[in-house]
Amino acid sequence: MSADGALTASARVEALPRIAEAPRRAPVDWGAVAVHALLLLCVAVIAFPLYYAFVISTQTVEEVIARPPMLSPSGHMFENYVEAWTRAHMARLLWNSAIVAVVSAVGKIAISVLSAFAIVYFDFRGKAVAFWMIFVTLMLPVEVRIMSTYEVIGDLGWLNSYAGLTVPLMASATATFLFRQFYLTVPNELVEAAQLDGVGPLRFLWSFLLPLSWANIAALFVVLFIYGWNQYLWPLMITNTEAMRVVVIGLQDLIPRTGTHIPEWNVMMAAAMMALLPPVAVILFMQRWFVKGLIESEK
Amino acid sequence: MEGRFPGRILPYALLFPSIAVIAVFLLVPAVEALRLSFFEVSPFTGHGTFVGLANFGELVSSEIYRHSLKVTLLFAVGVVALGLAGSLAVAVLASLRLPGFGVYRAVLLWPYALSPAVAGTIWALLFDPSTGPVTVLLRAVTGLSPNWMMDGTYALAVTVVAATWKMLGFNIVFFLAGLQAVPQELREAAQVDGAGAVRVFWRITFPILSPVTFFLFVMNSLYAFFEVFGLIDVMTQGGPGGATEILVYRLYQDAFISARWGIASAQSILLFVMVGVLTLLQFRLAGRRVVYA
Repeated sequence: MSADGALTASARVEALPRIAEAPRRAPVDWGAVAVHALLLLCVAVIAFPLYYAFVISTQTVEEVIARPPMLSPSGHMFENYVEAWTRAHMARLLWNSAIVAVVSAVGKIAISVLSAFAIVYFDFRGKAVAFWMIFVTLMLPVEVRIMSTYEVIGDLGWLNSYAGLTVPLMASATATFLFRQFYLTVPNELVEAAQLDGVGPLRFLWSFLLPLSWANIAALFVVLFIYGWNQYLWPLMITNTEAMRVVVIGLQDLIPRTGTHIPEWNVMMAAAMMALLPPVAVILFMQRWFVKGLIESEK
Repeated sequence: MEGRFPGRILPYALLFPSIAVIAVFLLVPAVEALRLSFFEVSPFTGHGTFVGLANFGELVSSEIYRHSLKVTLLFAVGVVALGLAGSLAVAVLASLRLPGFGVYRAVLLWPYALSPAVAGTIWALLFDPSTGPVTVLLRAVTGLSPNWMMDGTYALAVTVVAATWKMLGFNIVFFLAGLQAVPQELREAAQVDGAGAVRVFWRITFPILSPVTFFLFVMNSLYAFFEVFGLIDVMTQGGPGGATEILVYRLYQDAFISARWGIASAQSILLFVMVGVLTLLQFRLAGRRVVYA
């Protein structure tokens, strides 16, 4: 959902012009120091929950329930992570999540590149209908159409399958919309020159358009990967076997419910750390494109 | 028109995958949901009886549904207001030219990548009624020790905090990016003319920032309405006593726990309408009220 919201909304936000840096004046700028202090405080507030979760993942159960809470890491990280890995069948869960995230992201990008290409670079009968059909569906989150989509998946025999987990996530036109916007900015001379040289449409797409839109593809990939990895309600409904479970669902078995379990928050948090690492790594490695891709749609 | 390729079959072949996926997983389910919303479906036989608008009538008059709507609105207002006001304040105070923006971007942005369910898990730990550090801190400061697994109002507040946290860094980063578009000269000129900081903010900074604010408003609203299912499921499961039962959670309950497909479909349709309104708002207002720098 977030992916879709982000993409459609971003398409409306025009490129923000960069203003030249104001010349620096005073040698010690106390205002800047205060600003940095403020931002560091925010960073600390935002980071503390994750830090604490990590700390817990290194403690024994006794340390977890100690009062006052211990705020520094302990030395039991390794056994907690091993315990979480084996108890939650982590390898399988992570593998499934990776498949869902990568397949849904790559699949959606691929079909959107093709349909946007058809819409921008061809004239054909029924184009208006196709256009309308795609754009009227711009934003219908999975959460909203969940039951009847579930029925469709059941009819197709796709329950407990990767197809059922991934293909419905591709059903949205936001990426098509974004690629269309980008193709419209590509100068006509490029197409004409290519046509003069006898370059066919598919060759043009592959050798000219795709290399040009690499940054957009990267930004979309980040958004869609995170979207796919973090799906919760959809996998919860259409999978009920251990083998097909994704990691954000599998984690929940480890949550200690007050009163009924030993509060093994340490094992839980070790598992959570493993579950959150891949999407966080993706956004950190690709953050430059991510912000750019969302704010400046026309690039 | 120039710049086009000739082709009879190729464009259809290129469009086919998108159209097929959209038709099968979007249009068909949407029509089916609309159809089912007029039926009363038996949970045992799966047999449907046409009931007209009765499902909608039942929803509108249902205490539980109205309560759920109220919870959703409170939740969304909380997340959007807290998230936007907080991050705007931070971003504006920080909006001197920042050499280290790239670094801050990295350390602020990552919670966006967290799944709401994982975020919920972490906050459940922080607010753990006996050992959570936030609980301990609250107890030390206020002397109270409310238990959010029992106290509905507190539970709603806790889930709002958890949900807002996940979007906070994202909001700050986008506000900071937007603030780079505010000409420093303009603000300085206004200050020279004797405008106070507050006036400069409302008259200059805020209007120029409006596209970003609007973008974030829509993002955060959609997030608060639809994406927090995992967070609610992990933290409170809609409880205690329905205090955190947002609409999507109610829908899930009726559809997959009670198997009341007709009434659940009617809820889907109402949600459709809400998303539609948000989308329209986004497309309508984005073009008009918003000042582009």
